[in-house]
Amino acid sequence: MYLRSVANTAPDPVLTVKQVSVRFGSRRVLDNISLELQAGDFVGLIGPNGAGKTTLLKVILGLQPPDAGKVEMEGKVIHRGNSRVGYVPQKISLDPDTPMSARDLVALGLDGHRWGIPLPSRKRWAAVDEALAAVDALRYANAPVGKLSGGEQQRLLIAQALLTQPKLLLLDEPLSNLDIRSAHEVVRLVSRISREQNLAILLVAHDMNPLLGAMDKIVYLAEGRAAMGSVDEVVQSHVLSQLYGYDVEVIRVQGRILVVGGEAPLPVNQSISVWDEALTHVE
Amino acid sequence: MWSVWHFLFAPGVFRDPFMLSTWEGASIVAVLAGMIGFFVILRGTAFASHALPKGGFAGAAAAALLGINTLWGLTVFSVSGALAIGWLGRRGRHDVVIALILVFLLGSGALFLNLSDMYAPEIYSLLFGEILGITPAEVRDTAIIGLVSIIILLLVYRPLLYVSVLPESAQARGLSVRRMEMVFLFLVGLTSAVTVPIVGALLTFSLMVAPAAAASYLAKRPGMAMILSVVISLASVWLSILLSFDTGWPVGFFVASLSAFAYFLARFATARRRAIFPKAHRQPAEM
Amino acid sequence: MLNSLWHTLFAPGFFSSSAVWRALSMSAAVAVVSGMVGVFAVVRGQSFAGHALGDFGTTGASGAFLAGLNAVWGFLGVGLIAGAIMDTLGKRAKERDIATGVVLSLILGIGALFLYFDTTYRNTTGAPMTILFGSVFLVDPSLLPFVLCFDGLAVLLLFIIYRPLLFSSLNVDLARAKGVPARLISILFMSALAMAVEQSAIVVGALLSTALLIGPAAIAIRFTHRPGKAMLVASMIGIFSSWMGILLAYDSYNWPPVNRGWPVSFFIASIILLLYILSHLRLRMGTRRGKKVLQEG
Ligand SMILES: Nc1ncnc2c1ncn2[C@@H]1O[C@H](COP(=O)(O)OP(=O)(O)O)[C@@H](O)[C@H]1O
Ligand SMILES: [Mg+2]
Repeated sequence: MYLRSVANTAPDPVLTVKQVSVRFGSRRVLDNISLELQAGDFVGLIGPNGAGKTTLLKVILGLQPPDAGKVEMEGKVIHRGNSRVGYVPQKISLDPDTPMSARDLVALGLDGHRWGIPLPSRKRWAAVDEALAAVDALRYANAPVGKLSGGEQQRLLIAQALLTQPKLLLLDEPLSNLDIRSAHEVVRLVSRISREQNLAILLVAHDMNPLLGAMDKIVYLAEGRAAMGSVDEVVQSHVLSQLYGYDVEVIRVQGRILVVGGEAPLPVNQSISVWDEALTHVE
Repeated sequence: MWSVWHFLFAPGVFRDPFMLSTWEGASIVAVLAGMIGFFVILRGTAFASHALPKGGFAGAAAAALLGINTLWGLTVFSVSGALAIGWLGRRGRHDVVIALILVFLLGSGALFLNLSDMYAPEIYSLLFGEILGITPAEVRDTAIIGLVSIIILLLVYRPLLYVSVLPESAQARGLSVRRMEMVFLFLVGLTSAVTVPIVGALLTFSLMVAPAAAASYLAKRPGMAMILSVVISLASVWLSILLSFDTGWPVGFFVASLSAFAYFLARFATARRRAIFPKAHRQPAEM
Repeated sequence: MLNSLWHTLFAPGFFSSSAVWRALSMSAAVAVVSGMVGVFAVVRGQSFAGHALGDFGTTGASGAFLAGLNAVWGFLGVGLIAGAIMDTLGKRAKERDIATGVVLSLILGIGALFLYFDTTYRNTTGAPMTILFGSVFLVDPSLLPFVLCFDGLAVLLLFIIYRPLLFSSLNVDLARAKGVPARLISILFMSALAMAVEQSAIVVGALLSTALLIGPAAIAIRFTHRPGKAMLVASMIGIFSSWMGILLAYDSYNWPPVNRGWPVSFFIASIILLLYILSHLRLRMGTRRGKKVLQEG
């Protein structure tokens, strides 16, 4: 207990988000968000759809300049393309006939941003295989990447994000397309990597339940506001109601946590017509 | 035996100085188109590669109107078409933008044709290809543009691969997806410009689509797919020149049908292999 | 004064020329059918297929000419068959793009050969120009009954499959789960598309058939979020642009540099591209208003 609190206060945080706000048009998507991650922290970023979770990750990656506030990585203001931050995107779509092996895909994380064609190098492949091993994906290292399952592709994406030896790993909804068992596998995997490599993890999910045993802290995001702390501190009816701005109720049943009223139905005048849906599908 | 030999390699097909230029020009063009085709298939932009050579036709007509070198007209129009597609495509749907830019370019082509006095055979060979019309000077220009394009393509190979396969990860690593797309479209424009005089405006895209599509079914690694695409493209072009020389039929016909044949062969061969050995290509992975 | 303005706008003879009246009415018919089918083609991401079907006309016409058939059968036959092949070969988005490309290149290659035979053995020149670039002033009146008949058929087919088509265009997986025969609907829509596009390729040429199919529909769906209304708006935009184009082409008969008129294809294509760019500018400037429309829609 004593050791842990010393460890918590002594080192500089890996990531500091200071009072960040982002506006799209007149809409405030992130409103004065602050949070801190230490090395080895496993933090779940939880919130309903459209809460601004992806936007927050984009800010941390330097892809979305905040309207106010700043983000620091190991004490320095972040910039785009920082190799100390690994990123696992929300969705990928690979054609089944993509002429690429799992190894090729992961190798992109190592030097995909460099000019020229890759030269044959044993060191390069050794690094790739090490990352593949870290996510238990060596078995299908030579398989065509487009024909792997969603869970297998997920592991490859994690591996390719690990190749630059980041200090912080951002994962955007890695569990959303997986069944419960695979979701638990991925959580366990990420948790293990975090411990082994002393890596800070910020994992986005709209459902906190698969993360309950694994995460050290939770950041709950709703209506652009965030609350950070342990699950027991944050996930309480009065804390979340304050975030949402209206009454929600936290119910615990059989070790699962449900936030009732959290996924608010859209007001009638904002209901989306079928046509809009058609357009979002094709765009 | 001799007659088969002579049918395939008609007298003069290698010795005629005109034909020498053709072989050189066509080979450069086939390599370039096969290479860029790998990315055309990876990114699913067959429509753009169809539209740019065809739109370049307007440039040829404009060049005829102004009395300047056709290749420059082609280059200016297909490259500006490419950049316009990239620029407008940021906001709108890509395929819609391509269709509208294509239609606009063709409309301008109709206008320039109307204003100039191009001969019908001249237009015909621009549309469907011509193996006898290449001069050594044109081969030199083709070689310059072709080599520059190949060098650029090799330079951007890795980032282009990255943004094509994993755009969001690439962006997080500091690459600009939009800028890479512009570079890619620019290269498709240049490839179109040099390929049109030989294969024709209507059929140049078959070289950028079919060989690479065939290769994507056969190859398992990106580098291999690109090499295979170049090989199929070269084979189609060389065979097409021989056949066109013998028969007098338009070279575009041979290029299109030979490369399409390679595509169907590759697609159905791999489909059958998969039907016979389902999942033989990967070991079971229990997750 | 007013009279001279009138005459600058509408060059003398515009309203009394029967060719003009025919061009106006035929292009309106084409614009309406293209606008209706085009909305679905754009939403389903089938612009390339729609364009390819127009290009098939080159092969269809030259093949029919070679065989001594009525051109309508050449257009329709190639369009329907090649359309079905494209639809069967390409099921996923990227695969569809490639399959469309390969089929188009093969068919165009065959067309090149047919045209070569046409010009060598039958001594026709200029045929590819007419088909590719087209002109609303050159409609062969004897083809009109066929054109109207197949246009009607395309619209009828579209109405019959309207609701399952809309559903499976929104979300194929959901539609399939609810028992919509998505494959069949896809093939049927491709047939309607083929009929509509081939007819307009006969009347106005491949170039304008693409312009009228894609442009007005793409503009319309930026303004309205209801499919029926989008079809109506697309048809109106199509009619407006083609009539403006015809008017300008007619006026251009005594424009420099040569007094032989500018091609109508150039005008219509430019007008449609211009309208498309303007529609984007409007929405960009009025983002807030655009959002409001979206929420109310
Ligand atoms: N570039 C953008 N322009 C305008 N609005 C955006 C943009 N990106 C996201 N949004 C809006 O911001 C809100 C939050 O989006 P996002 O961060 O993706 O939510 P989440 O990942 O939590 O589901 C959504 O309502 C979304 O529509
Ligand atoms: Mg998100």
